[in-house]
Order: sequence, then C-alpha cells, then structure tokens
Amino acid sequence: MKKNNLPENKNLDLIRALIKKHKKNDQVFAGIGFFVIASLAIALLILFLDLLLDGYPKITLEFFSNFPSRKPEMAGILSAWVGSALVLLVTFFVAVPMGVAAGIYLEEYAKKGWLADLIEINVANLAGVPSIIYGLLALGLFVYEFGLGQSILTAGLTLSLLMLPIVIVSTREAIRGIPVHIREAAFAVGATKWQVTLHHVLQYAMGGVLTGIIIGMARAIGETAPVITIGALTFIAFMPPSPVTEVAPFINFDWLDAGFTVLPIQMFNWISRPEHAFHINAAATGAVIIILTLLMNGMAIKLRYNIRKKIKW
Amino acid sequence: MSNTKPTISKALKKNIRRNFVERLIEWALMLSGLIAILITFGIVYILVSESIPFFEAVSIKEFLTSTIWTPNFEIKNYGILPLVAGTVTITGIALIVAIPLGTITAVYLSEFASHRLRETIKPILELLVGVPTVVFGYFALLLVTPLLQKIIPDLPSFNMLGPGIVMGIMIVPYIASVAEDSMRAVPMAMREGSYAMGATRFQTAVSVVMPAALSGIIAAYILAISRGIGETMIVAIAAGQQPNFTFNPVESAATITAYIVSVALGDLEHGGIGYQSIFAAGMVLFIMTLSLNILGQWTRNKFSERY
Repeated sequence: MKKNNLPENKNLDLIRALIKKHKKNDQVFAGIGFFVIASLAIALLILFLDLLLDGYPKITLEFFSNFPSRKPEMAGILSAWVGSALVLLVTFFVAVPMGVAAGIYLEEYAKKGWLADLIEINVANLAGVPSIIYGLLALGLFVYEFGLGQSILTAGLTLSLLMLPIVIVSTREAIRGIPVHIREAAFAVGATKWQVTLHHVLQYAMGGVLTGIIIGMARAIGETAPVITIGALTFIAFMPPSPVTEVAPFINFDWLDAGFTVLPIQMFNWISRPEHAFHINAAATGAVIIILTLLMNGMAIKLRYNIRKKIKW
Repeated sequence: MSNTKPTISKALKKNIRRNFVERLIEWALMLSGLIAILITFGIVYILVSESIPFFEAVSIKEFLTSTIWTPNFEIKNYGILPLVAGTVTITGIALIVAIPLGTITAVYLSEFASHRLRETIKPILELLVGVPTVVFGYFALLLVTPLLQKIIPDLPSFNMLGPGIVMGIMIVPYIASVAEDSMRAVPMAMREGSYAMGATRFQTAVSVVMPAALSGIIAAYILAISRGIGETMIVAIAAGQQPNFTFNPVESAATITAYIVSVALGDLEHGGIGYQSIFAAGMVLFIMTLSLNILGQWTRNKFSERY
C-alpha cells in the first residue's frame, strides 16, 4: 500500500491496467475469431452431413443405372450422369486447347500493347460475369443464331466459355513462375520460340495448368443456371446415341445433337417436387455432385501445394 | 567443298518452312487470345440485339418505374423494379451475414491464427468456394427454411430470408480469402513497427494492417456484392419465382436471375415478348455486375499502396 503513495508508481499501475486491458482485447478477439470459424465449420458440417445421411441409403447401383421416373423409389440418375459426362467431354476438348493457347499467347508471345491489354481486361471481366449471362449468350447465339438447338454440343460449348477464363488465368500464373534462364538455355542451343514453349515452358508449367483444368472441370460439373437457360430438359428417360459404334469408323458424333439432362439439373428438378421421397433422391444426387467436386478440387489444391513445395528455381 | 553448298541451301529451305510454321503457330495462339474479346462482344451483341425489340414494345420509362412485372400473363406489365427489389433484398441479407463473418475470419487467419491452423483453413475455404450453388439451394429450401419456421412460425416455405442467409454463408469463404490475401500482403515491417511502439496484436490489426489493406478488403466486399447479385440457383430454388415488389425478407419474391430461370424452364416461344424480356432482364443484371466488377478492380488498383 505504501508504494501507491508515490506518483510514479501510480502511473505505473495505470499503465499496467492499460496493458492488461489491451491484452484482454487481444484474447477476446482471438476467442471471437476462433468461435466464428468454428461455428461456420460446424454449421457447414451439419448441412453437408444432413444431405449425405439423407441421400446415403439411396446411393446404390440401381440409382446409377435407372432412368428418372414418376415413382421416386424407382428413379435414378442414369441419363443425368451420362449427360454430364458427354457435356464435360465437349467442354474439355474446347476449353482446354483454347484456354492454354490463349494463356501461352498472353505470357510468351504478346507484345506489351493495346491488344494484350484489351485481352487481359476482357479475361478479368469474363471471370466476374454471372454464369446465367453465359446461358443467355448461348441461348441467343448457339441455340438460335447457329441453330445448334438444345443439344449436348450447345451445353458443352456454353460451359467451355465459363471454364475458359479459369484455364487462361491458371496457365498464365504457371508460366509466369518459370525463370527466364530456362528459356535462354533452350534458345542458346538453337530452339525456335515454339520449341522453347512446347518443350520447356509448357513442361514446367504443366502442373499449374492441370490444376486450373481440374478446378474448371469441377466448376463445370456443378454449373446449373446456364444449362437451364439454354433450355435443357429436366425429364429425360432415354440415352443419347452412343459415341462408340460397332461398325467402322467406330466413332459416331450423333450424340452431339441429342437432348440431354445433367446431374445438377436432375437435382434441381427433384428439389422442386413437393413429395418428400423426391427430396431424398435430390439429396443423393447432391451427395454425388459434392463428392465429385470436392474430390476434384481437393486433387487440384494438393497438386498445387506439391508444386509449390517441390520446385525451387 | 562440293558438298557444303547443297547442305546449306537445304538448311535454309528448312528454315523457311520452319519460320512459316512458327508464324502460323503464333497466329493460332493469338486467335485463341482474341476469343476472350469475342465472348465479351458476343454477350453485349446478344443482350442488345434481343433487347431492342423488347424496348420497341415497352417504353424505358415503364420498364424502370412500373412496380409490376408480369410479361407472361394475360395483362402484361413490364416493370423491372420488383425483380431488382428481390435481388437487392436477398443480396443485402447475404451481406449482413457475410461481411462481419468474412472480415473477422480474414483478420483472425491473417493476424492471429498459428501457421498450422491457417494452412489447414485456407484449403478448406478454397474447397467451399467450389461447392455447386444448387447444393446450397437444397440447404436453403429444405434445411434452413424449416429451421427458421420454428423461430418465425408465419414464414412461408418460399421466402427471402433463408436463401439470403445461405447465400451469406456461401460468400464468407470468398470474402475471407480475398481479404486475407490483401492483409497478408502488408509487409511484416509495418507490423513490427507497430509492435515496437507497444501496440498489441489487435491494435496492430485494426489500426495498421486493416487500413493498409483497405483497398483489398473493400474490393472483396464489392466483388462479393456482384457475386450475390448474379447468384441464381439458391434464389430460384428457395425464394419462390413470383415477382413481388417488396423489401420484406419474410415474403417470397423473385430476383432477376430467378426470373430468367423460371422463363427458361417453361416453353420458350422464340421471338416472343416473353423470350425477349429475359434478355432485357439479363441486360440489367449484366450492367449491374459489370459496373461492380469494374469498381472493385478500380478500387484495388487505385488505392492499393505499394510497399
């Protein structure tokens, strides 16, 4: 008690109290932050678990080999997963070559100037355009102007437009990380620009490019709005023509014109029905979609992490 | 000596062919790059060319001021305001949820969390960004709304509150990861300066790091608004698809995106006014999101401090 009489010590106590208060603020915020993250994680976990548990009993072999049906217990996702697979096939073969080529052009070939700037601004803006706008573009352009109809080809092209900015951006990022001396070494032994790009730059960038492709494909699987907008049917009880045939030339492209449905649209259709039994089908479809996209995104994140760890220039 | 001449000319010939191929490849690559411009051009062209016949039938004044939107009914009204009201209300609810939670998460991860916790949470955030929105729509309609109905008994099964909250949860990882990135970009020396003056972590985070990263944080908010406005499946599933001029979150309403979906699900009569109306609605949506995206990028570039 004695020391409190001295003015210096009184100040010291005040300062100590102040420090204590601020340290407490630190702890309080750390607590709040942890609480927010934990409760978000728990809320999401409950939501996902509920969906998985609702859908789990339904996920049997028949679910994958049955067509949708008016009887919920008979209904399956055969036409939906086949449709998704074929649409993604188109998307892959359109978006990957174009996206990688555009990425290479912007990083390796384009001279600094208005054209490169213009392309860059466009890529950045396209990534932020709502997906339903791509659906409107596809409806006006692919379905009616080009007369492609409401087909697998139209859907594949639409989703490739959505995927393009993702592939371009990840290709550019992967290429940007490669040091100049790799290119200089190749040039020094007489390689042409394209040889340098194809044999050296692209090889080193492959991991990053792959990451972008996987993330883009995962996004294309779950994308619903643009595919609904082009007028995809919600009830399909037939298969598109098979891409592989028994007679030469063994490959058939009739499936590109076929009507189709995809997994998220099938799920959307079942959610919109009033009967609870259909909601269980929707949950099962949702579980399939979530598992697919999480697996793909997880793979991409792991891949990127490995690349970052492994490569030391 | 006699052998040298033909070899060189052969090599030169090969060079000519090689140079030609190189040039060809460069052109092909450039064409791929031009696709990005073509897509933007295509979007603008389609939206404008399909909207022109719509605006020949409907005056812009009616479009912007009427409060009834019934292009597919017997008595047709073309006021975009109900759809805009639905869009604004749901996005508003989502932001009320997402901005505080996203900002706190970002500050915690950037300034408080241990390295290990951050390295665990960041990939999970990235995973969540990849979850398809149709799944969030399922949550909103079949899990969150029934839960809310226990608290608000009068809540209809289609309402704006449920999808708004779910959309907010969906946007949190987006805000958190963009804001966290911009806070991590603030150089360590600035934090150290603050600590050396005796500031605590929280003081440093609020008075030094957040102001320094402000442009990135605000850009994250703006881009989140743009995402909310363009979000389709959650609202099409859980908010009802009936246009309703209201800002009341416990009523059902349609957003611009939900309207486009509801028309696309029905029979599209190509060239009819109902068909054209979705392009007019899409144009409004495109203008809104484009200006927000440009504003977001501009904020990030203009006010970002270079250290």
